[in-house]
Amino acid sequence: MSVWEKSGELPDDAHDELQSAGDDPILDLKLDEALRNFKLSVDAWSEAAYSTRRVVQSGPRRNWRRAAAWALGCALVASSVSGVVYQRHERQVAAKQAAVRLAEQQKRAADLQAASEEKLLASVDSDISQQIPSAMEPLAQMAEDDSK
Amino acid sequence: MAAGSIVEPMHSATAADIAADEFSRVVTAHRPQIFRFLLASTRDVDLAETLTQECFLKAHRNWSSFRGDSSAMTWLMRIAINLQKDHWRNRRMRFWRTTRTNSVDLDEASEWLPSGESSAEQKMLAKEQVRHVWKAVEGLSERQRTVFLLRYVEERELSEIAATTGLSEGTVKAHLSRAVGRVRTELGRGK
Repeated sequence: MSVWEKSGELPDDAHDELQSAGDDPILDLKLDEALRNFKLSVDAWSEAAYSTRRVVQSGPRRNWRRAAAWALGCALVASSVSGVVYQRHERQVAAKQAAVRLAEQQKRAADLQAASEEKLLASVDSDISQQIPSAMEPLAQMAEDDSK
Repeated sequence: MAAGSIVEPMHSATAADIAADEFSRVVTAHRPQIFRFLLASTRDVDLAETLTQECFLKAHRNWSSFRGDSSAMTWLMRIAINLQKDHWRNRRMRFWRTTRTNSVDLDEASEWLPSGESSAEQKMLAKEQVRHVWKAVEGLSERQRTVFLLRYVEERELSEIAATTGLSEGTVKAHLSRAVGRVRTELGRGK
């Protein structure tokens, strides 16, 4: 452990360099303090980074920026793919519903047509099956005989 | 002859073991300091870690050629400084230097303060001072920054800094004086 670390002061001969550079004693004190704080700050940062690295190195190497970029990229791809899939699904559902509607309409139209045809046939049947008036009876008899 | 052929490999294996043990002790002892210096130089945790690993890899490769003329720390620091220089000079990396994607900004770097018992006001003041020093350090030339960090973060003696950087003590003093002058000016601006 150095003298600086033990006492929290700069190395003895460092004062010569600091004092030789300026005349302002207040600024010298400030400089002394700033350099000490700088050293302590770098030590703290380095210690934290070094110990973190040691822990991380035993497991998989982590790079949060890369991981975040990957996560963001994956999220974008997933959202765009899911958007496309959703749109396609929506379109398919709409097409199915339209087809069902069309089929129903066609069926209804066919039913209507069938009903009207049945009605027509029924009316024709009823018209044909009317009794021959009595005045026409001899003619009808003749037609039957001819056919025999 | 036969005895010699059996004994010799055993002897060399022991020497290799000793060298490996020595190197592993050096790594344990100096790795945090090398990392700290590179972190202060780059303000980039990932880069500092990568360069620290490269430094010890290079040191391991050349461990047999280390003659002990200087201390192991001086030797390792020299490797670290050269790696850092190479890194910045590498053309491919120049882009990253300009964008500084991973290096933290001054405010973030100034956030780190030791957990003392100081008041909130003192902490604010300390944070402001640290920010000013970082700003001054950012404006230093590569050589001035290296000398400044070796002196005020790594607490190296002037002779050690001279040995590490390959500069004369006079040049080291001149660089330090300019660097401290910059910090003083920056602090004066913050008054």
